[in-house]
Amino acid sequence: MNDLTAKRASLWDLANPTRFLAIANPVIPWLAAITIVALLVALWMCFSAPEDYQQGATVLIMFIHVPAAWLAMMCYSIMSASALGTLVWRHPLADVSLRAAAPIGAAFTFLALVTGSLWGKPMWGTWWVWDARLTSVLVLFIIYMGLIALSKAIEEPAIAARSLAIVTLVGFVNIPIIKFSVDWWNTLHQPASVSRLGRPAMDTAFLYPLLMMALAYTLLFVTLHLMNMRNEILRRRVRSMRMMAARENEAA
Amino acid sequence: MRALFVRELRLASRVGGGALTGLLFYLAVVTVIPFGVGPDLKLLARIGPAVLWIGALLAGLLGLERLFQQDREDGSLALLLTGHHPLALVVMVKCLAHWVATGLPLIVAAPVFGLFMNMSAEGIGAVVLTLLAGTPAITFIGAVGAAVTVTLARGGLLIAILILPLIIPVLIFGVTAAYGAVEDPAPFLPPFLILCAITLFFAALGPLAAAFAIGQSAE
Amino acid sequence: MKLIVENLAIDRGERRIFSGVNLAIAAGQALVVTGANGAGKSTLLKAIAGFLRPAEGRIALEGAGEAELREHCHYLAHDNALKPSLSVGENLLFWQSYLGAGPYVETALQRIGLAHTIDLPAGFLSAGQKRRIAIARLLVSDRAVWLVDEPTAALDAASEKMFARLAMEHVAGGGILIAATHQELGLKDAIHLDMGAYTGGVSRTAEMQ
Repeated sequence: MNDLTAKRASLWDLANPTRFLAIANPVIPWLAAITIVALLVALWMCFSAPEDYQQGATVLIMFIHVPAAWLAMMCYSIMSASALGTLVWRHPLADVSLRAAAPIGAAFTFLALVTGSLWGKPMWGTWWVWDARLTSVLVLFIIYMGLIALSKAIEEPAIAARSLAIVTLVGFVNIPIIKFSVDWWNTLHQPASVSRLGRPAMDTAFLYPLLMMALAYTLLFVTLHLMNMRNEILRRRVRSMRMMAARENEAA
Repeated sequence: MRALFVRELRLASRVGGGALTGLLFYLAVVTVIPFGVGPDLKLLARIGPAVLWIGALLAGLLGLERLFQQDREDGSLALLLTGHHPLALVVMVKCLAHWVATGLPLIVAAPVFGLFMNMSAEGIGAVVLTLLAGTPAITFIGAVGAAVTVTLARGGLLIAILILPLIIPVLIFGVTAAYGAVEDPAPFLPPFLILCAITLFFAALGPLAAAFAIGQSAE
Repeated sequence: MKLIVENLAIDRGERRIFSGVNLAIAAGQALVVTGANGAGKSTLLKAIAGFLRPAEGRIALEGAGEAELREHCHYLAHDNALKPSLSVGENLLFWQSYLGAGPYVETALQRIGLAHTIDLPAGFLSAGQKRRIAIARLLVSDRAVWLVDEPTAALDAASEKMFARLAMEHVAGGGILIAATHQELGLKDAIHLDMGAYTGGVSRTAEMQ
């Protein structure tokens, strides 16, 4: 505790962010390069996968859609962990991480929604069905947008950080409830009218490209997250400097 | 704590208290629906429970901003922090008073609106019962939204955006239970009990999280 | 009873407002906090009231039993915490039952010379009258530590004297008074603390005899 308070005592709370930048700056280019290679490999694997006997070429959408949905959920978990970091340990980087992850998570969720819709047209004959999964993802998207709106609305960074963390955690606690209720609602209103992929297990011809794509997506997320965290730290420094400048002028 | 409860009720009932505004908004929402879907009485009867629930939900969201905002503006919120009671309890009492002042009138008015929607007596009773069990959850979880946006001048819309996804379960089980009471194959009790469980869960989670947020943002 | 502040530092956001504040105020003493805008006068009061978490140091009230410090504090901020739609009596009665028992509301209103307003909605009062009602709130609950921030803002000369008299009575009765102000309050034998000395990382000690 004493160590922590001593660190917080430093002028701009830079101790940790500075170390973060020192590590992140050299890592990011390498990570970006690896991400591009992984994406190319994954794409190649996807396109060389055989066509599905039921869905034909549209199965390709799955390789974009499913990892996006996974990442959308993973990102919220990371944000919740960051929220804990903000509230329990008051770690300055935790808030940076939470803030930086929100737009990325929203983007993956949006990608999952759009590709799901594009996939739904040939599969179900309609752009949108109120299927339990689509609906849950839509709710998740609204939660992401709410968090982003909140983060933009509160000017004071310390208050914004804690408010964001609290709402993120409350949302996290609610996600299982929302998921459960949407499932209930869906089975009540549409008893098995929507046919999901009726296969018990996925063929390895599809599984490997899918896993490769998921890996590439995860790398992409990590890269974007680190880059956005770096931007956020720099943004805060600019803010601190402007505040310092404002006070100095007053003193002069 | 009783003093706080009485004070909140008095404030809501005096001029500018806002208890009436929510009720009028509810009336407006319910009245607009037939203009949108047409005066088909059968259709209105079928969608009646859903309309009453959605209207109550929106009217409930409307008033949440007042929960802490005014107390913060006039400095009362800081003084409430210096009381002898845990802050979560204070928030709980404020939520209950807020619900009695703004939620209960909606429920009392719901039967009248049910007649507008050509609903059966049974259906109206079911909606009133589910509203009674479910609307407190909106206030409790809404307190979190109200607490984190308390520093903002116009936080009302933001509260609605933050809270809406979280209260989807309340809407689902409230409407499901209401339909369960009137439509034969659908069950009433399971969704109703789940609705009660959600309300109780939010009653524990909401005030705790809201109190934490207020304690953090006290300036 | 003694209010102790040890090596206190407060951060607001990323900024350190002040650091190294040391205080020891015994029962029956008054402290007047002065300093330029932004020196942290209000921040110090809020920290003592328990609204802000110290970045360093500690604040304690010794010899006052189990209850937390904030439960011994009467906090009078810039805002009066009056509800315009409630009557003056309702406002004060609420705070009395919420903050703790004390003398009758009527007695308190008589002491500030506004007994006739008890049934009027607080919104009808003038700015100076509202401030005096807020001062009456200090009288209706018995709390040992008064934390008053610019208490005489919006008050005329006569009301300023009245506040000084009430404050001195509180202190003479074994209470503690901490006032942040730009104005001369006319408190006899008060200790002075200039917050200007503690900002910018300079640390000094203002120990009382």
